Amino acid sequence: MSISIDQNVCIGCGKCHDVCPGTLIKINENKKAFIKYPKDCWGCTSCIKECPVHAIRFFLGEDIGGKGSKVHTEKVNGLVRWIVEFPDGRVKSIDIDPKESNKY
Amino acid sequence: MKIERLKTDLLIIGGGTAGCYAAITAAKANATNNAANNAADLKILIVEKANIKRSGCLAAGVNALNAYITEGRTPKDYVEYAKKDADGIVREDLLYSISEKFNEVTAHLEKLGLVILKDKDGKYVTRGNRNIKINGENIKPILADAVKKLDNVTVLNHVNIFDFSVHNNKINGAFGFGIENDTFYAIEAGAVIIATGGAAGLYRPNNPGFSRHKMWYPPFNTGAGYAMGIRHGAEMTTFEMRFIALRCKDTIAPTGTLAQGVGAKQVNALGDVYETKYGISTSERVYGTVAENLEGRGPCYLRTVGISAEQEESLLKAYLNMAPSQTIRWLENETPSKANVEIEGTEPYIVGGHTASGYWVDTKRATTIEGLYAAGDVAGGAPQKYVTGALAEGEIAAKSAVSYIEGLSALRLIRQAHQPAQGPDVQFKVAEPAEATIKEGEVAEHVAEIKKFLDPRGDEDGDTAERLEEEMQAAMDAYAGGIQTSYRYSENQLAVALEKIEGIEARTNSLHADDFQELMYIYELKERLTVCKSVIAHLAARKETRWHSFAENSDYPEKDNEHFRKYVNSRLENGKIKIILRELTAEGQRTYEHQH
Repeated sequence: MSISIDQNVCIGCGKCHDVCPGTLIKINENKKAFIKYPKDCWGCTSCIKECPVHAIRFFLGEDIGGKGSKVHTEKVNGLVRWIVEFPDGRVKSIDIDPKESNKY
Repeated sequence: MKIERLKTDLLIIGGGTAGCYAAITAAKANATNNAANNAADLKILIVEKANIKRSGCLAAGVNALNAYITEGRTPKDYVEYAKKDADGIVREDLLYSISEKFNEVTAHLEKLGLVILKDKDGKYVTRGNRNIKINGENIKPILADAVKKLDNVTVLNHVNIFDFSVHNNKINGAFGFGIENDTFYAIEAGAVIIATGGAAGLYRPNNPGFSRHKMWYPPFNTGAGYAMGIRHGAEMTTFEMRFIALRCKDTIAPTGTLAQGVGAKQVNALGDVYETKYGISTSERVYGTVAENLEGRGPCYLRTVGISAEQEESLLKAYLNMAPSQTIRWLENETPSKANVEIEGTEPYIVGGHTASGYWVDTKRATTIEGLYAAGDVAGGAPQKYVTGALAEGEIAAKSAVSYIEGLSALRLIRQAHQPAQGPDVQFKVAEPAEATIKEGEVAEHVAEIKKFLDPRGDEDGDTAERLEEEMQAAMDAYAGGIQTSYRYSENQLAVALEKIEGIEARTNSLHADDFQELMYIYELKERLTVCKSVIAHLAARKETRWHSFAENSDYPEKDNEHFRKYVNSRLENGKIKIILRELTAEGQRTYEHQH
């Protein structure tokens, strides 16, 4: 499980680098973010929540049951929208209201 | 490499849950005292190796507050629960001191912005006897924002502290390096709060390949605080009470939300509910699953098949707020209403927020090193601390440290005589302090060690920190009760473990770092090796099996109340770990004398 950063989308703001609890994300010479240590990602998704242009995708490795989907979040009308893009092109969104508590 | 000297009154090492709350409390306590005494503000410095916005255990969020005194219950009930779960090996005095603060710190969190579920009468909705329901996805940014608003608190992000400065058993500060700015720091402080969390990565993890860091505890918590204390002779307690979490297989996501949220029972492959057979304490739940697998009745599951569509939707959301991998795994495979969720035990961790491992502290959270206070997962004696317990300990440690600093009368006189109105920046960057408590020789020694690791080695196919870490984890897994042996170990195995760990430790001297991130990996490896040696010594010292799985001693498979209703403590003396057995606190005891 780790993340991938689309450098065509990245604007080099450095927010993902600043917030990663493992300081695993670095900025390259072209001012684009990349994950230098992909195997060391904890999967906390902090970087994804910071990215203003949705350049970062989270995925599960095959060793823990991953099937190639890519996940990110967007803020939509005050809600946190989790977007799962499946390899077959399907997309599923789950909206979470940050003002609502978990039911469990 | 730049060299920078800093000076502060209070140094907080680690800006996680406990560290941030310690800063918030210290600033408040100091402001209250100053109003009375017309004194200047204390300078408070948090040093964090990542960034306090998302560092520590709560980076991804947390699903519930698991330590709360619900209506009709008392702090005593909580103490009794924690005591029973640890089969007596807890410090009642410490547990009382946090239990009495759970609700107060919860109210404060809500005031800071945490969403807590309430009923129509405005009361918190509880989950079981001790838990309340929240939306904790942003709990860490909430704490970080509160810290940022404090004028006299400075935060140094991306600086890794790797050693204390201790003279005559009194702490003077600490040494660290910037991971991103190639800078060495020598930081003098009047008092230090250590809040670096527990230790993950000692044992081979569940998924040692690509997803090696998909673990329960933050892989970036390397036991730094334990290791620094051990090396400087601090007394430590109960490292043998390891924590093993019962988790959803592969994603290592929490199971409590399934068990308590939708009432899912633990079942074996035959569909039999087995949890009642082994008991329901934290360690027994893990042990039951291990035992069913050993008996050939695995795999084991949490029975979720048949839950309603509404329940399933709530589960998908709840996991996105704390362990998003699990929701994704469900969506990519089968959802919980269609397939039961397979469960497994994790590798063992050392973590004082769940078990009792850590610094031996008094009720003020003073360690046995003068001026050093401990809070959160690094502090021992008080298991089942969770988030609110870590906050409570941060508060207690902060108040104690502030009193200690203010009690240093000489310091106070100097401050009153010489302190002009200065911003926090002016106080920092002291080039040549007149009365430095950290000596130049100490700085030179630490800088030389770092330079040695950074110098080209001329042997590019030699050992790497990554390779030695894997060797360490393999040794602990096979010989110190890891997943491979179903958490069991014997004295003979522990002897092999120690020999291997010492061998690996000797090889760390010739490691090379290309940059300061790799330098951090070398120091983290060294920290883990130090903690491994203490864990091995403690496991060998408790010659009984009091907690299945957590400390499953094959040579002594039974509980021995006659000899081991005691705390197993340790202290490094002349390079050797000395084991000290101490008497338990009495029923209801609120203080515990401990020797400095």
